[in-house]
Formats: sequence, structure tokens, C-alpha cells
Amino acid sequence: MIFLTIGTHEPFDRLVRALDVWADQTARKHEIFAQIVSPASGAYRPKNFETVTHLTPADYEARILQADLIVSHAGMGSILTAFTHGKPIVIMPRRGHLRETRNDHQYTTVKNLAKRPMLFVAEDETEFFTVMDHALENIASGTPQRLSAVADTDFTDALHRFLLSSTKC
Amino acid sequence: MKRKQHVMAVASAGGHWVQLMRLRPAWKGLRVTYVTTDPDFYQTVCQYAENDGEPLPGFHTVVEANRWQKWRLVKQLFGIIFIMARKRPDVVLSTGAAPGYFALRVGRLFGAKTVWIDSMANAEELSMSGQRIGKHADLWLTQWEHLAKPEGPKYLGSVL
Repeated sequence: MIFLTIGTHEPFDRLVRALDVWADQTARKHEIFAQIVSPASGAYRPKNFETVTHLTPADYEARILQADLIVSHAGMGSILTAFTHGKPIVIMPRRGHLRETRNDHQYTTVKNLAKRPMLFVAEDETEFFTVMDHALENIASGTPQRLSAVADTDFTDALHRFLLSSTKC
Repeated sequence: MKRKQHVMAVASAGGHWVQLMRLRPAWKGLRVTYVTTDPDFYQTVCQYAENDGEPLPGFHTVVEANRWQKWRLVKQLFGIIFIMARKRPDVVLSTGAAPGYFALRVGRLFGAKTVWIDSMANAEELSMSGQRIGKHADLWLTQWEHLAKPEGPKYLGSVL
């Protein structure tokens, strides 16, 4: 199953449309399930898969666990969730000039993220088809790399020491 | 025996919350109260508490608001003031965004120490709240080493 998730806050029609067109054209058919943000009037309605506008944390986790591939906006929440479950993920950044989010932070974050074996980046919808096909070829042969459920001990220990020393003034 | 430190950990729903959850070993063994914008996350924190062998945490929600929703921001701020006045934590910690900014500002007025951990989603410049909170945070952190500066923010690591 391919799970499309575009985050909690804003619609992202460009990605929903790209996946819909890909689903229509790809030779092998895939089951696709999508969490999208409540479309304002005139928002794109995909023809090739079912969508919901809200998932509870438990349902969201269940969909992630079922997914063979996650397709997502370049939000840290989706990226970290995919990594901790050892799931391959295709990300496409929202862009500031298209008003998909307030600025180009997703685009610059993608540029700064270290490369990982199961992280596939489509810079925009023109790259999306190739990246999807490439991802599906690779996940068949690749071994998932699971990120630990919590941050590095060095970081959380440093925070812990600060919290311990923090008594109200 | 010395009483446990009381930590208020604040994040809006979405990526900020996911990052906050990855930091939870930092307050293991301490008293924690979570503040977020989605009531469904109560299940999540109870599940984590059970898995981690921790007591059930405090949990409160405020309304979701972004910077263009002025009225909702005001409601969110009042929500934070109300929770802060009742809970009086020793330290307020946040990964963002708006509710975290408010919580640090209000928490400090109530005498709490404050910790800001700017979201990983800001790799080339700090978030708007992250820039503005600097002088109100006792510990002001970025999760990108190249954004750290001598005058702050500091870099101590990232959730990834």
C-alpha cells in the first residue's frame, strides 16, 4: 500500500495531483490511501484513490505500519515518523512562492538533510514520476534502516541536566 | 527528599509535536505536563508513559492558531496563561510553534526557566518564533550546527 500524507495544516494539491496522475499512468496498479487537508472549494479531487481529511494518531500509525511506501510533503513530522518505522519515503517540498506554506523552509530543509538509503526526494512534480518509479524499484531490494524511537542520548542527557538544574527563581 | 522538577513540554500538532516526543528521555523521572493543540495526543502520551514505565503525565490543550489567525492567537494565549497560572512549572520547554512561544513568555513571567529547541524544519534560518524567543530563553537551541552562533542559539544535538 502507498500512503500519501500531506501533514496537519495546509492543502498540497500539487502533490495530490502528481500522485493521482502517476497512479493513472503507472503500469503496475498500487493500492493508495491518502490523508489530505480539508480541501477548500475548488481543490483537486483525486480519481485514483480514497482520501480522508483527518486520522487519529492510532489510525495514522496503523496506516504507516501497513504502508510499503510513504509519499509526503517534506515535513519533519512525516519524515521522522517514516524513519522510526523503517519505511521508505518519497518527499516533495512545499514551496513559498506557490503559497503552499509560508516560506521555502521545506525546500531548504530537504537540501540540508543527510542522504539516507530509503529517502527519495522529488524536487517538484516534474521529477515525481521518475522518483516514484526509482523508489519502487529500490525498496524491493533495499533493507530498511530503522531510526531509534527517541533522539540521541547525548542530546537528551544534556537537556536532562539543564532541566534538573532549573528551579523556579 | 527534594521534590521532582516540574517540566511543562509544549508543542503544536504536527512536526513540532513529533520532535517533542523524540526528546522525552530528557524529562524521564521528572514530573511532566504536556500542552498541545490536539486532544487526541492524550492517548499517545499515555501509551508512551506505559511503555517507558513512567507515571501518567499532565495533559492540556489550547486552540490551534497560525500567525494570521489573530483572534485564535489571542484565545491560544489566554489558554496558555490559564494553564500556566494553575500548573506553575519549574521549567517550560518547547519545540514550537506559537503555543510554545507564548508558553515561554508567560512561563518566564511566572518565574519558570525556559528552553527553546527550534524545529529541524528550519535549516537555513531560525523560525520566526525561534528568532524572537532568543532573549527570553534560558537555553536557546537550534538543531542545525551551522546555525549556531556565539551569542546564541546554541547547538547541543538534533532529534534525528
